[in-house]
Amino acid sequence: MSDQNRLGVFKTYKLYVGGKFPRSESGRVYEVTDSKGQWLANAPQSSRKDARDAVVAARKAFGGWSGATAYNRGQVLYRVAEMLEGRKEQFVREVAASEGLSKSKAAAVVDAAIDRWVWYAGWTDKIGQISGGANPVAGPFFNLSTPEPTGVVAVLAPRKSSLLGLVSVIAPVIATGNTAVVVASADAPLPALSLGEVLATSDVPGGVVNILSGVTAEIAAPLAAHQDVNAIDLTGADAALAKELEIAAADNLKRVLRPRPAGADGASDSTDWSAAPGTHRLTAFLETKTVWHPTGALGASGSSY
Amino acid sequence: MASAFEYAPAPESRSVVDIAPSYGLFIDGEFTEAADGKVFKTVSPSSEEVLSEVARAGAADVDRAVKAARKAFEKWSALPGSERAKYLFRIARIIQERSRELAVLETLDNGKPIKETRDADLPLVAAHFFYYAGWADKLDHAGYGANPRPLGVAGQVIPWNFPLLMLAWKIAPALATGNTVVLKPAETTPLSALFFADICRQAGLPKGVVNILTGYGDAGEALVTHPDVDKVAFTGSTAVGKAIARSVAGTDKKVTLELGGKGANIVFDDAPIDQAVEGIVTGIFFNQGQVCCAGSRLLVQESVQDEVLDALKRRLSTLRLGDPLDKNTDIGAINSAEQLARITALVETGEAEGAERWSAPCELPSSGYWFAPTLFTNVTQAHTVARDEIFGPVLSVLSFRTPDEAVAKANNSQYGLSAGIWTEKGSRILAVANKLRAGVVWANTFNKFDPTSPFGGYKESGFGREGGRHGLEAYLDV
Amino acid sequence: MPTTAPAFSDATASDSALRRFLFGLPGVDAVGLEARAASLGTRSIKTTAKAYAIDLAISMIDLTTLEGADTPGKVRALAAKAVNPDPTDRTTPRTAAVCVYPDMAATAAAALAGSGVKVASVATAFPAGRAALDVKLADVRDAVAAGADEIDMVIDRGAFLSGRFLKVYEEIVAVKAECGAARLKVIFETGELSTYDNIRRASWIGMLAGADFIKTSTGKVATNATPANTLLMLEAVRDFRAQTGTQIGVKPAGGIRTTKDAVKFLVLVNETAGEDWLDPHWFRFGASSLLNDLLMQRQKLSTGRYSGPDYVTVD
Repeated sequence: MSDQNRLGVFKTYKLYVGGKFPRSESGRVYEVTDSKGQWLANAPQSSRKDARDAVVAARKAFGGWSGATAYNRGQVLYRVAEMLEGRKEQFVREVAASEGLSKSKAAAVVDAAIDRWVWYAGWTDKIGQISGGANPVAGPFFNLSTPEPTGVVAVLAPRKSSLLGLVSVIAPVIATGNTAVVVASADAPLPALSLGEVLATSDVPGGVVNILSGVTAEIAAPLAAHQDVNAIDLTGADAALAKELEIAAADNLKRVLRPRPAGADGASDSTDWSAAPGTHRLTAFLETKTVWHPTGALGASGSSY
Repeated sequence: MASAFEYAPAPESRSVVDIAPSYGLFIDGEFTEAADGKVFKTVSPSSEEVLSEVARAGAADVDRAVKAARKAFEKWSALPGSERAKYLFRIARIIQERSRELAVLETLDNGKPIKETRDADLPLVAAHFFYYAGWADKLDHAGYGANPRPLGVAGQVIPWNFPLLMLAWKIAPALATGNTVVLKPAETTPLSALFFADICRQAGLPKGVVNILTGYGDAGEALVTHPDVDKVAFTGSTAVGKAIARSVAGTDKKVTLELGGKGANIVFDDAPIDQAVEGIVTGIFFNQGQVCCAGSRLLVQESVQDEVLDALKRRLSTLRLGDPLDKNTDIGAINSAEQLARITALVETGEAEGAERWSAPCELPSSGYWFAPTLFTNVTQAHTVARDEIFGPVLSVLSFRTPDEAVAKANNSQYGLSAGIWTEKGSRILAVANKLRAGVVWANTFNKFDPTSPFGGYKESGFGREGGRHGLEAYLDV
Repeated sequence: MPTTAPAFSDATASDSALRRFLFGLPGVDAVGLEARAASLGTRSIKTTAKAYAIDLAISMIDLTTLEGADTPGKVRALAAKAVNPDPTDRTTPRTAAVCVYPDMAATAAAALAGSGVKVASVATAFPAGRAALDVKLADVRDAVAAGADEIDMVIDRGAFLSGRFLKVYEEIVAVKAECGAARLKVIFETGELSTYDNIRRASWIGMLAGADFIKTSTGKVATNATPANTLLMLEAVRDFRAQTGTQIGVKPAGGIRTTKDAVKFLVLVNETAGEDWLDPHWFRFGASSLLNDLLMQRQKLSTGRYSGPDYVTVD
């Protein structure tokens, strides 16, 4: 039977929250088009309540995920790369449509996104050694600084780079043990919603990554103001929205990662996501905890331990 | 406490410090009056004696100081790190030489005991400059990439509880990394920063690298919102910290905030009790409890609660409150009438809400601002005194039954700056420390500080770290 | 019979009960303990307070000679010094006791008769304590018969370090029984016990066994009295009185040579056990050279000029 004769099966794109695939509680969807304006799919248009539910899911997942061993998190992230590799063709298609790329360029983007998961999979059990360490205090104390995840991080995904940019902002957040509520690119949400399906089959515990699609400002505003969100990555916000959200985020002193650098047109999405990431996004959502304990000395004064 | 062994007065000599009747702002290497000629008085909180009259900076002065710092930045940041290091080493050494003078000055202006300024503040101030001096020519090795660049002009606003130490925490890393600074000390404790200006002069520090603006909150606000400031560093209240976080929204300013706390000091039933009692005392009565990382919530396991409370009350009865310049004074004056009123109001709230108050039996001097060491028992998580930062010598005592409950209660706060753990069981220390959402955890000790050790909070206690290698990041473009 | 407080009578019922009791005592954090002792060491004791402290310290001295070369002449000279420490100033208090070996106890008793200065004698095969129990008890009997008012015994550190706590306890009980009216000071030799946890446990064994004093050391090993180990023992007697009502004395011995040191120890007493212990009946210094330094400081306070070693007697 040839393709021409068969009617294709469309996919109903859904949110990814708490390891499940709900529709928006609002019942709303919006049209997603390709770069030429052709209809691709209807995506859920998330509401503030969807954002709230996603935060609850992310908070619930935080204890287990942050408490997992770094080795385990590394294996899970690597598993994401494996799963993505297996579904490469689907993502090449979605990225090509979303970003208006040729098939070969889209394939390169997907390859890079897979490799990015691999890069961050290797970081989980090294970042602590890079950013922590023993401090030689001037006294009889053992003093150790270790990085710990900040908590629940709201992530506004890049507006243009629908997969590589997306992966580049999610992976560092969860590599270090945070959990994420991700606001997908409003214009190009489909790779993000499909990524949810990959995460769901990759041993990533439900709630560690939650993905919402819709109007960025509508979802981001309640997240920025939410008292149980610890940090916000404003990468996908334009300058005006970023400022507004940063002000809201000050209410509970969220850690804020500003969009940077701002492009000439005021758009903040001029980042070259294919460049080597560095550690900046890993350390942005880490807290340093420093623990002191007395040591004493062996027999220096006869009775000293 | 009347005793057969009455310690005779042992006052440190005031004559080692010479306080001028008036001081100007320190801008571009010169002392200068405020543009509008405004001044304010600084008093000694233990006697209400006027110590000096200092210039009150306004927006025009802030602008002048930022311009001076900007002008100085080009050359200062271009200096080889090894040369910047030598300036900082000089400053560290001059502080050591003048430490007695500065300790007496700080005690006069702040009200804290000379024992603390002499044995804690000043040694830490010198050590902090010495530590960061060594970083200035080693930044390539700090883990922030090759040749990390400074940010530019740092606007720094510091509190009154450790005036000179907070200055050191701000200025030492800023200068080591090649930034220039405009610093505003608190209005109740301006003097040690002005003496520091003189130390910069003695050290030959280039003009404009350090500028000191004495003044009030309006000057602080003008400084942190000044468009030509690249870096904002603030230590103080969470309310002001939030306002600063809002004010820098949409700018490229890098911000670090060290804010409030409500530290939990957790005592398990297998704790070294005598040392735990000392740690509780140090935790909440060091510097009259005017410490952001104070262990202001005592969480004690119910099975040893009575024993610990009896020992604590007995110990508090031996604290010596009085003349801060007396070398035997343990508890000095509260820094200001305003702070005393805050503490008093919160303690009244505690009583009104049904917590049981106990204050150490000690006589309060007739002039100055004083508050007796106080603890509240029958406190629950719902009480104001268990949630709000009092910033005074007031301890709230809560109990718990299991380690899980202790951790849950400890973390049940908007703050996350410090915590203490007392137990002889090593694995419990590590397990509890791991679960506590606090930037500094002291196990079987409390209120220890060191320039090599990063300090800073989780949650609403602020962000960024000061001290150690971590402290460099706040002043580098990374 | 020893008067073990009823609250703790079970603790000494068996070796295992005693072990459980001792290991149930709160641990000691060494750094915290030493920091507290050092902090109290920064107290500035001046003028009238210093004068009070010097006189109190003199009155608390167990003026000690424990040499193989001791002779009756040496002991008599020391006794004279104890009764009248500063011939130039008769207001100087006498010392608490003269401390000698058992064979010198009679000489000391004769020399001190009627002076109010006590005769203390070390016993129990001091300083090592390595003799059979009956030999140790005979040693105690001898000293008491010779007129000793106070017996300074050493515990069996070998038994303690090998975990035979009940043996240590029972030996103290037996010695106490031999003491009769004499007060018993129990020496732990803290330098050999090595850890603060051990010193706390030894303190409780001593107190439970009926010691009148607990004492740090013999003066014959490398580490003797320190502010930290004395602070720890002061905490022990404080806690014991709080729980049993029985007050027990503390005697740091060895290594305390200067007025400054002695005043630091008195600050420890004042701010740990409290003023009830600021009395020769409850606190002693085991010392010899300390006395002359106290006397020189005393002269400085009364005359305003610094004294020198030629202005105090050498005995």
